[in-house]
Amino acid sequence: MNRFKIVLTALISFAVMASSQVFAGDLVIKGSTTILPIAQKTAEAYMAEHPDVKISLSGGGSGNGIKAIVDGTADIGNASRFIKPKEVDLAHSKGVYPVPFRVALDAIVPVVNKNNKITDLSMSQLKNIYLGKIKNWKEVGGTEGKIVVISRDSSSGTFGVWKELVMKKARVTPRALTVPSNGGIVQAVTTTPGAIGYVGLGYLNQEIKTVNVDGVKGNEENTLNGSFPISRGLFMFTKGWPKGDTMAFLSFILSKKGQQLVKEAGSIPLF
Amino acid sequence: MKRQSIDKGVHSLFLAIALFSIIFLSLIMLFLFKEGIPIFDFITVKDFLFGQYWYPTDDPADFGIFPLILGSIYVTIVSGLIAIPLGVMTAVYLAEIATPRVAEIVKPIVELMASMPSVIIGFFGMVVVAPFLQQVFNIPVGLNMFNASLMLAFMAIPTICSLCEDAIFSVPTALKEASFALGATHLETIVKVVIPASLSGICTAVILGLSRAIGETMVVLMAAGGAAMIPMSIFDPVRPLPASIAAEMAEAPFRSEHYHALFAIGIVLFVFTFLFNILADYISYRFRQTGEASL
Repeated sequence: MNRFKIVLTALISFAVMASSQVFAGDLVIKGSTTILPIAQKTAEAYMAEHPDVKISLSGGGSGNGIKAIVDGTADIGNASRFIKPKEVDLAHSKGVYPVPFRVALDAIVPVVNKNNKITDLSMSQLKNIYLGKIKNWKEVGGTEGKIVVISRDSSSGTFGVWKELVMKKARVTPRALTVPSNGGIVQAVTTTPGAIGYVGLGYLNQEIKTVNVDGVKGNEENTLNGSFPISRGLFMFTKGWPKGDTMAFLSFILSKKGQQLVKEAGSIPLF
Repeated sequence: MKRQSIDKGVHSLFLAIALFSIIFLSLIMLFLFKEGIPIFDFITVKDFLFGQYWYPTDDPADFGIFPLILGSIYVTIVSGLIAIPLGVMTAVYLAEIATPRVAEIVKPIVELMASMPSVIIGFFGMVVVAPFLQQVFNIPVGLNMFNASLMLAFMAIPTICSLCEDAIFSVPTALKEASFALGATHLETIVKVVIPASLSGICTAVILGLSRAIGETMVVLMAAGGAAMIPMSIFDPVRPLPASIAAEMAEAPFRSEHYHALFAIGIVLFVFTFLFNILADYISYRFRQTGEASL
């Protein structure tokens, strides 16, 4: 029995130690995969400047980020969309007041396989493709071939913005493939000749081809001057007004240096 | 006296350990039902199970999981069609035909396949098999039901094979010798004596292998395509039940309708695997080979 007690005490003290280690000078950031590259770059730079602060970073999606703030499992919750009224109600019912910080801008760019001849689609063509009404590339001026519609999971922030701005709240066809991340879309579009998908600006690469929307190229300049129609703010939410390390980290991202890192991560800086 | 009290102590310790795992599992089950049932305040059981549309985040939302159930069932059937013949025949080969030297090498390899992490199999399906299927069958999407079934079959084969092999191996030698003595060839002995004698073991193996396939998450999440539609062809993308839970749970607002619906999907999945296990239990009991005379 005595030995049991010793083991138990050891276990408890170990657990206490472990948990205190997690919370001392540590910053937990969770949420949107779109913001992940930004958070990663800035966190690395911040930790280099402040060696005593440890930042742990994970993805999981915008809804997850906001949930983490409400549940108190993270200090900062990333969301590639603004908080929904339902989430605000839930937070208030738990006595939590989420505070948004807009840390960057992003454009959501339609992408196709690099062998696709299409260079430009209008907003209504995009909508009809995602409604499942346009099924063949021939109908939008491309070469004969079935369109493989690739979308994000319904709870993704990128999906939310796409649905609001492109679909005007109409439903994406159930025939659409759904992929759990931005990287997953890039992967699927790279390997599927007839595919169309959409990703945040930070995920564009040489393997996929971007499509202009209404003749406007999705890039930093066109997002800042407002001519590219599918753009959004990227947010970091905190539980109440941030203090200490959380505040310091957010100020760092919003500083000139932090915004430079935002640009390096492939997103659009605020200034 | 002292030895007796030690004995009693050990007794109750083991009882406590056994109870602990049972209680833990029942608590998980209780939690599953507690979190899943509330969805039926919003939607009838019939609309949930047979609804055609899964749009959980729309306003108003649709929580019909019929396409997801069909996806799971189809994927399991197709993977069964691939895995059962391959698994059983491999087992027959290993237990009856292969020389001990060959069996010694092949068997551990097959069992090693069972320890392959599912995420690796899923990744393989996504990156290697998908483009391959696209080219070979000239289909628009490589991430589809067939791809997922193929990957699941890979996962089910080792389970089916090694359990079958045990069943076939344990067929009494006297039975086989009797068959040979009557002039039957090796093939006739295998088909008419060995397989019927180990049928209960083979059935159990098949069902356990398939229940692994129906509950498998990572592979279907990565390789099945994830379209919540009713599949019309084997090359259509599907969204099996576990994939929906895994993809959406992280983002469903806590205690929302969506959250409860995902737990309700968990209940459906649980019922499926539960039935599979009961069936396996029943078959192994019903067709048990008792003695050598009941063949």
